[in-house]
Amino acid sequence: MEFSLSEDQRMLQDSIRSFLQDAAPLDTVRQAADGDVAVLTQMADGLAALGTNQLLIPEAQYGLALGVLDAALVQEALGGAVAPADYFCNALATIGIAAAGTQAEQDSWLGKLSTGEVRFGLALTEFVGAREDAGVDAGADGLSGKSLFVINAAVATHILVCDRDGNLHIVARDSPGLKRNALPSIDRTRDFSELLFEGVESVRLSANVAAGAAAERMMQVGYILLAADTLGAAQTMLDKAVDYAKERKQFNRTIGSFQAVKHLCAEMTARLEPCRALVWQAAYAFDQGEEESAVLACLAKAHLAETGTFVARTSTEVHGGMGFTDLVGLHYWFKRIGTNRQLLGSPELVRAKAARLQGWA
Amino acid sequence: MDLSLSPEYEAFREHVADFIATHEAAAPKPSDTGMKHPRRLAWQKLLIKNGYAARTIPKAYGGYGAEPDILKSRIIAEEFARAGVSTGLAGQGISMLVPTLLELGTEAQKQAFIPPTLRGEMIWCQGYSEPGAGSDLASLKTKAEIDGEDYVINGQKIWTSTARQADMMFCLVRTEPDAKKHDGISYLLFSMETPGIEVRPLVDMTMSANFNEVFFTDVRVPRSQIVGKPGEGWKVANATLTHERGMLGDPNAAKARLLAIADLMHRETLNGARLIDNAVFRDRLVALQARVYAMQANGMRVMTHRLKQESPGLAGLIIKLEGCELNHELARLAIDAMGELGLLYGDTPYLRDHGSWQSRYMYDLGLIIGGGTAQIQKNIIAERGLGLPREPKPAAA
Repeated sequence: MEFSLSEDQRMLQDSIRSFLQDAAPLDTVRQAADGDVAVLTQMADGLAALGTNQLLIPEAQYGLALGVLDAALVQEALGGAVAPADYFCNALATIGIAAAGTQAEQDSWLGKLSTGEVRFGLALTEFVGAREDAGVDAGADGLSGKSLFVINAAVATHILVCDRDGNLHIVARDSPGLKRNALPSIDRTRDFSELLFEGVESVRLSANVAAGAAAERMMQVGYILLAADTLGAAQTMLDKAVDYAKERKQFNRTIGSFQAVKHLCAEMTARLEPCRALVWQAAYAFDQGEEESAVLACLAKAHLAETGTFVARTSTEVHGGMGFTDLVGLHYWFKRIGTNRQLLGSPELVRAKAARLQGWA
Repeated sequence: MDLSLSPEYEAFREHVADFIATHEAAAPKPSDTGMKHPRRLAWQKLLIKNGYAARTIPKAYGGYGAEPDILKSRIIAEEFARAGVSTGLAGQGISMLVPTLLELGTEAQKQAFIPPTLRGEMIWCQGYSEPGAGSDLASLKTKAEIDGEDYVINGQKIWTSTARQADMMFCLVRTEPDAKKHDGISYLLFSMETPGIEVRPLVDMTMSANFNEVFFTDVRVPRSQIVGKPGEGWKVANATLTHERGMLGDPNAAKARLLAIADLMHRETLNGARLIDNAVFRDRLVALQARVYAMQANGMRVMTHRLKQESPGLAGLIIKLEGCELNHELARLAIDAMGELGLLYGDTPYLRDHGSWQSRYMYDLGLIIGGGTAQIQKNIIAERGLGLPREPKPAAA
């Protein structure tokens, strides 16, 4: 019985953190936010060089065959640095391809992802819920329809698309009939697009699995990774609040000596600290194939969304007026947390799913 | 991460489960009221003999004498909780005084007090808080003056649980009135039958007298009945306060409470529909479930640190604050799910679960305040955990 990270896991996370210290300082994040696609590509290359995209890939396809807990540690580091990275999409695509692809499809696509030949974007939003009548249909002449909030279409070579029936397809981003419109959001560290499909050629992943089963598996890992991203982002916001409270002076005192301020920091800590253990446990349960893993993934996603929102708002308040400015840049973390809250479903939707999974509905 | 148990511990778990299955008929029933009910004392004796109570306390003092093993202790707690069987006597004597004496008591004190306390024959109460010394406990004023071979105690304590049932009190008194406030306190042990002690029940908002006020008028206590040296009482007391804070906010208790509420929401109906089928109530249940699971996972993380004899750091410091708050919110959901029926608090056929959710909701507020208020907990987290500066001392008047 050991509820802690291994030495290897700590080293993995440290190596990502030290890479990000050089590769993703706030100035670089700002460049990406201002639309510099070269920065996104550079970041994607750097992370790929560290082997992050191979992390979840089996050894047979030149991967590292590590688990979702390891992936979550990478994602936590990325969230902590608000890094504009495509890691999330490649990790989820790996899960989707492994679950829905035949052996030959896995060998081909995961092999290419290992060697860096392909990078993925994700068109998954409508599997969670369709707005604006969005949705992609697979027909004899290819894919048609539209998908909203496609992640990472700007730097991806391929998009993993979930159609209305829950089947997964791979589409080259430069396919004829595929049109992309950028969707500018609050979180400029992420790239969101609308994709319009008009008879787009695609490869349907064709292993014999129930429709929606592979997408559901991607959803579970997506919940865990988004929870981890929020954990990292919220921890940074809390650390910054504590640092600021130790430095800033008013009424001839550091503001952290006022209980009004120190209690805000304590409340953030009391709510956030148990979240770390929850994310670890959800990831571990997935890796072990535990019966409760689907519920745990939902609980982690929903709970980190709520706790992250609380920390984002409270840390900004501790920073006073400075927290509200672009100067300090705290808003990048605030917006990242706000975005994670909605991606793959708001807390209400995810909790409703957790209830269904437990037979409570 | 490896949440599986080694074969040695799996075997231990089976061993514990076998013991419970064989002996549970002898366990005390909820109707066995009275702290010294013969069945309670007999059960305690059986548990100690088999190493399920007083497990790590040396045999010489009436314990079982096992090496400390947090994992085994946890397995015992889990198996007894699963079976709904009493883990033996609790109370402030066993949970607070015994560990203190083991650490700081004299050999004579250990011999005299630990064995009967473990057997449940000697019940203790804690004399710490005073009307003017709550969160600022070190400002306590109950004084003990030396007169020959005795201390003579005058003053008042409050919030003293089980004072009416107790045989003995462990008590903080001011012995060095001229020393700085933390340095003038001593830790005394004495019988509640000592002349000059008066106990008055203190009815709380649950309408039970869980607490008491205790008044001292010229109470004479032999000078030998001190733990530690004169003036070291604050240090001695802090050894036990750490034990108390560990007791509150138990994540396994929160999990049991969560399951009880889910069960309640399957039974209770509104206009014929079960509350579990009401989307709003269900959403609240799942939101709290996530917090309960997070605290349970946090508990495993803390335990792993303790197994390695490392400090659990922030993960440990937040348990009292977050755990008590969570229990309180769980009770509130149960009451809300029952609606008006949740208000019932007396003998009526409509009463649910003996009115226990209301009494828990109120009692939990007491726990949020007691054992270091939520505000004091936040100071501890911020100052010891995050390194934020202490409140500057006000300029002397």
